[in-house]
Amino acid sequence: MPEIAYIKNNKVLKKRIIPCLDIKNGRTVKGINFVSLTDAGDPVELAKAYVQQGADELVFLDITATIENRSTLLHLVEKIANEINIPFTVGGGINSVEDVYSLTQAGADKVSVNSSAVKRPELISEIASRFGSQCVVVAIDTKKEKTGWKVYTHGGRTPTIISTLDWAKRAEELGAGEILLTSMNNDGTKSGFSLDITQTIAEEVNIPVIASGGAGAKEHFADVFLNTKASAALAASIFHFDEIPIQELKKYLKTKNIPIR
Amino acid sequence: MIAIIKYNAGNIKSVQNALSRLGVESMVTDNKSDILNADKVIFPGVGEAGSAMTYLQDRGMDILIKSITRPFLGICLGQQLMCSHSEEGDTNCLNIFNVNVRKFPSTDIVPHMGWNTLYDLKGDIFTKSENNEDVYFVHSYYAELCENTSATCTYILPFSAALQKDNFFATQFHPEKSADVGDKILKSFMEL
Repeated sequence: MPEIAYIKNNKVLKKRIIPCLDIKNGRTVKGINFVSLTDAGDPVELAKAYVQQGADELVFLDITATIENRSTLLHLVEKIANEINIPFTVGGGINSVEDVYSLTQAGADKVSVNSSAVKRPELISEIASRFGSQCVVVAIDTKKEKTGWKVYTHGGRTPTIISTLDWAKRAEELGAGEILLTSMNNDGTKSGFSLDITQTIAEEVNIPVIASGGAGAKEHFADVFLNTKASAALAASIFHFDEIPIQELKKYLKTKNIPIR
Repeated sequence: MIAIIKYNAGNIKSVQNALSRLGVESMVTDNKSDILNADKVIFPGVGEAGSAMTYLQDRGMDILIKSITRPFLGICLGQQLMCSHSEEGDTNCLNIFNVNVRKFPSTDIVPHMGWNTLYDLKGDIFTKSENNEDVYFVHSYYAELCENTSATCTYILPFSAALQKDNFFATQFHPEKSADVGDKILKSFMEL
């Protein structure tokens, strides 16, 4: 059978491929199962390379997010905004509308909130009413337990008793524009996205869901787009180390008739 | 000099960044004479229609904008504010384009967020573009199709992805965030 010709005039919204850059002290790092960090390069250079390769959007997560390195981050965001012509999200340590103001002033298109929103959910509505829902990505780290999928905070270190589905729905009500859903069971394993919780959340909310955690092969992206209503898929290390070049991944997904830019 | 209109809506910096990547100098301003004397004017925006219109009216910017005769480009909320009326906050807008802005029905995910395809291109900002190219959208409200439609896109239903009337241009998508495809559109506008 010849390679399926991709019909370019598909009048539909495309599924997004989003490289994520974890930032620590101005450098890109990637942990495996949220620990053991290895240096993966200069974030601005990586970001530019991803844009060239056809990334649809970028996410930068400041995983140290201390007050001391806040100005380093803002400076980095400014550099990124000057260099790239696709949307990007910045997350990590965002606790207030003022934090969002400085990040958007530096050039971020969206911000991602996680632990701070679990602690004080009104933060979501405060950001949405000031900057619009499109500006607020609610990141949820989740782990499957005997009692079901639960929300974790503080980079996956702190368990909560909050049900992931309840939290996702609440976040939508409060004005979240998107949910970035990371399955901690899958993260770093390269065994594929969690189709289970991704589909549960994507079915139940009417805002875009970004699947995250576990991508290790091109097929994993096809699986998540063919089996769930996820709008986007996010991955980090497989893109940093060029294990799966973005162009190749997108070409492959097109052969599966998945709408891709 | 390009004037980028400063008002109470976000996303202004990214337009300025995009222009500087293209080697074009611009100023972000709400000074009326600067805006009137600029070679071109860009009216960007992400925000809420009602409060944005109130802000513009309170400062007489609504009348100013309609009097501009140089090439003028509204982006995203900017496009919506150039229409007659928006369902967002039941807002009377600038009425440069005689068309209404409606909310997407919630039969699919709203907002329409991400890359989607442009069709039925016509008009001066698409001289370097082709049908079938993808651009970046993020919006919950859309301008209906009308005689000023200069590009269409379909999400839930077909809508005006771009509008043009005389010197007034508008795009619902974000050319400044649409990679090379967006840069071509901005370049065409700059060359008008």
